Amino acid sequence: MFDTKTKIISNQYPAWKYFMLMVVIILGVVYASPNIFGDDPSVQVSPAKSVQFDATTQAAIQEVLAKAQLTPKEFGDVNGKYLIRFNNIDDQLKAQSVIKKLLGRQGVVALNLAPATPKFLRDIGAKPMYLGLDLRGGVHFLMDVDMEAAVDKAYLRYVDELKDAMRAKKIRYLNVLYEEGALVIKFRDAQNLKNAEAMLAKDYSTDFNVKTNLSQHAPEIILHLKKKAIKEAKTYALKQNITTLRNRINELGVAEPVIQQQGDRRIIVQLPGVQDTTKAKEILGATATLEFRLVEEKGDAYRAEKTGYTPNGSRLFHFRNGRPILLKRHIILSGDNVTNAQSGLDSRSGSAEVSITLDGVGGRKMLATTKKNIGNRMAVVYIENHVETVTINGKKVKKRVVTKDVINAAVIRGQFSNRFQITGLDSPQEAQDLALLLRAGALAAPMEIVEERTIGPSLGADNIRQGMLSVIAGFLLVLVVMFWRYKMFGMVANVALTLNLVLIVAILSLLQATLTLPGIAGIVLTVGMAVDANVLIFERIREELRTSSIQSAINAGYEKAFVTIADANITTLLASIILFSFGTGPIKGFAITLSIGIITSMFTAIVGTRAVINLMYGNKPVKKLSI
Amino acid sequence: MTTETIQQPSNIMETETKIDFMKYRKLALIVSSILVILSLTGIFYKGLNLGVDFTGGTIVELAYSEPADVDQIRSALQASGYSEAMVLNFGSAEDVLIRIAPIKGVKSAEISNKVVSVLRVKDNADFELRRVEFVGPQVGDELTEDGALAVVYALLGILIYVALRFEFRFSIGAVSALIHDVVITVGIFAWTGLQFDLTVLAALLAVIGYSLNDTIVVFDRVRENFRTVRGGSPIEVTNLAVNQMLARTIMTSLTTLVVLIALFVFGGEIIHNFALALIIGVVVGTYSSTYIATAIALALGVSKDDLMKPVKDGASVQEREEELTRIFLEEHAAKEAKNAQK
Repeated sequence: MFDTKTKIISNQYPAWKYFMLMVVIILGVVYASPNIFGDDPSVQVSPAKSVQFDATTQAAIQEVLAKAQLTPKEFGDVNGKYLIRFNNIDDQLKAQSVIKKLLGRQGVVALNLAPATPKFLRDIGAKPMYLGLDLRGGVHFLMDVDMEAAVDKAYLRYVDELKDAMRAKKIRYLNVLYEEGALVIKFRDAQNLKNAEAMLAKDYSTDFNVKTNLSQHAPEIILHLKKKAIKEAKTYALKQNITTLRNRINELGVAEPVIQQQGDRRIIVQLPGVQDTTKAKEILGATATLEFRLVEEKGDAYRAEKTGYTPNGSRLFHFRNGRPILLKRHIILSGDNVTNAQSGLDSRSGSAEVSITLDGVGGRKMLATTKKNIGNRMAVVYIENHVETVTINGKKVKKRVVTKDVINAAVIRGQFSNRFQITGLDSPQEAQDLALLLRAGALAAPMEIVEERTIGPSLGADNIRQGMLSVIAGFLLVLVVMFWRYKMFGMVANVALTLNLVLIVAILSLLQATLTLPGIAGIVLTVGMAVDANVLIFERIREELRTSSIQSAINAGYEKAFVTIADANITTLLASIILFSFGTGPIKGFAITLSIGIITSMFTAIVGTRAVINLMYGNKPVKKLSI
Repeated sequence: MTTETIQQPSNIMETETKIDFMKYRKLALIVSSILVILSLTGIFYKGLNLGVDFTGGTIVELAYSEPADVDQIRSALQASGYSEAMVLNFGSAEDVLIRIAPIKGVKSAEISNKVVSVLRVKDNADFELRRVEFVGPQVGDELTEDGALAVVYALLGILIYVALRFEFRFSIGAVSALIHDVVITVGIFAWTGLQFDLTVLAALLAVIGYSLNDTIVVFDRVRENFRTVRGGSPIEVTNLAVNQMLARTIMTSLTTLVVLIALFVFGGEIIHNFALALIIGVVVGTYSSTYIATAIALALGVSKDDLMKPVKDGASVQEREEELTRIFLEEHAAKEAKNAQK
């Protein structure tokens, strides 16, 4: 009568479970396998901005390689980029120099270590783990974009636009000023203010919150950018900075740069394999903008410097060598409008020149200006921003330091729009510097490096070696301990632990999550903690054996330990998810491997070992368990 | 639930060990209190040797081709205006670590470049740049804040999970144990002056994970025993659970410690303090699962009734009947199993 409640104890797995296990094992081994093939020294050739490679480029590269007696192991074409693999580093270096000579500024030729994964594995998307900078060497920068400056700029961009708009509507205003986070338009009388208000309501209602101050003496309109517009300005600044950084980094010739937004005002830049951090910092750290202004030809700059008085509508500037010059207040266009600048030689005179390309808006503004000013001079002002952190009254305060230099003033020879040259420069060197400055000037808001982590190549290699050694040593020690305590069952757990390692590697490879040194530490820790599930099960089986039969002890061991294992692992997972969500780069790596390890270990330690144990002992007349 | 049909009532007399762990719980509480107070004194009085991750500043690691002259490097740097530069050997006689606090008015990202160029000129020895870490002061402040928050969030999350899964008294016990572990580990870092950086913080969170794992396993068994063992005071039931779990606790601590020692020995200088923090944490965490988590839960008056499955009003008589029947069935099955084995 009691038997109705007793379930038949079955230590057999259905076939589908074995099948599933086999599939997992095969997939794990396949996707983990790319990690054993090592790297090919290779050269990565990607087209420069606005250049596209075609069949002739490829033929030309192959020709110069053949001429230099270099035989690539493989010539790969991925999305218009070439990845040329070589058999040794010597060939790789030689190839880089000949290709560089061939392409010049048409392409970026970077050295790379491409994974030597066989093609059939690459075809199914199997890749080796993505190593973090602390393992492969390289530079990591965290850049902070000065958002206050970005908003200032957004306001300042409107100053001229509003003036033009009012002039077009014949609205008479006294001045448009930017002060204390708002634009102030001053009027002489209320009528003009009313007209301006109507114009603003019609054309600028999406951008500004409009407040009017109808006082008798100084009627004015105060404009605050709407929240959405401010947010847009910030997003724009970040995007613009990321684009500019990407272009600058291309000049460095880095194979796989990472340029990513982090949070709402920071940018992460990772340059694997870059050794010359000084150069990288110079290129990344210089934050500059440009202004194109007309030269005020009427006044005397030297006298203005002495008296401090400048003619109406002009301002005093200085060249880099200290020579003063008067420029008009009106800014024709800024560095934001410059899309490219290249140094070269003037084909007629043979003197050095710089070719400048503007975007559409810049081109239109330039056309309008040059039409009226042929024969006048136009100057380029280079404005360098850097941010200093100074301590005032024990508080850390960021201070912006601005220096403005006139880098060039040239006569406008004719009417032009978005493409023009500055010619007659003294030397090719000067042309190169000017071009670099012009390109560097295309930044929306100043940035500051707030974090740097550089790892030399030897340290990266050491980290891999030491990390691997720790994993292997830890793994072997655990195998020994488990065998010592649980004999045959211990061996089964060891097989599961091995599978667990393979699965962790496979999942890391599949996800292309970044493996860091702390990440390896996480794997080591997982190896130690993963066997906990088996320890719980096996101890429970031992305990059950004292009171029940072998078959029911095995069953009860697994069943009863399961709740405990689940509870214990969920809490650990909780801790590692919190670790992940707060962590920066290397810490994230630790959290990732730990989380993956916890999940895979639950699978291998419970399903994996049970499958083997069931095969060995399940429903068989066993006299004694080797546990 | 399949467990119900195959569950055997554990006999209180049949564990490998019969140590009266709970007898020492008062002594343990005193020892732990002293350790925690000592640690807190260390943290607040002596302070932590914080790494650049938290203070901001620059670290430059150089590998010389021959044993480096630390004094000479220091004086070369002092001559160039880095009077506060800390120079010491790192792991080997050839490796040198230079640490420079943030300097007012200097573009901080440039410091590492300048240090390297100063040493290239003044110090003729041949060296290779191994590592540069620069953390701006505001990033350092953020990391400190985020780090502290992460620990707090982790503890809160655990408090809630354990309260839901077990009972709030267990939850308080578990979280007290975790705070105990974290404080003592940090205290040891304070007293020894070992550097506390981001990796050590990560290790602390892993310690929380590990120690909790251990605590949950014991709690789980206490709960099970409350439900299945008839008679016995809460203290006896708890003692039984700790004894039942003793072998498991030793084994898991052993395997974890073994891998951590491997990491400590082979993992290299950068990972040293990380491994050390975990080793300390695992030892302290293993102890605290029993003596802090369980003892506090007991002291708060956890009893059998709290962990019995909630009994619905009205159906209570029937439920109790069922429970009794279940226990009877289990005993019957156990007897049968024993007979079968014979």
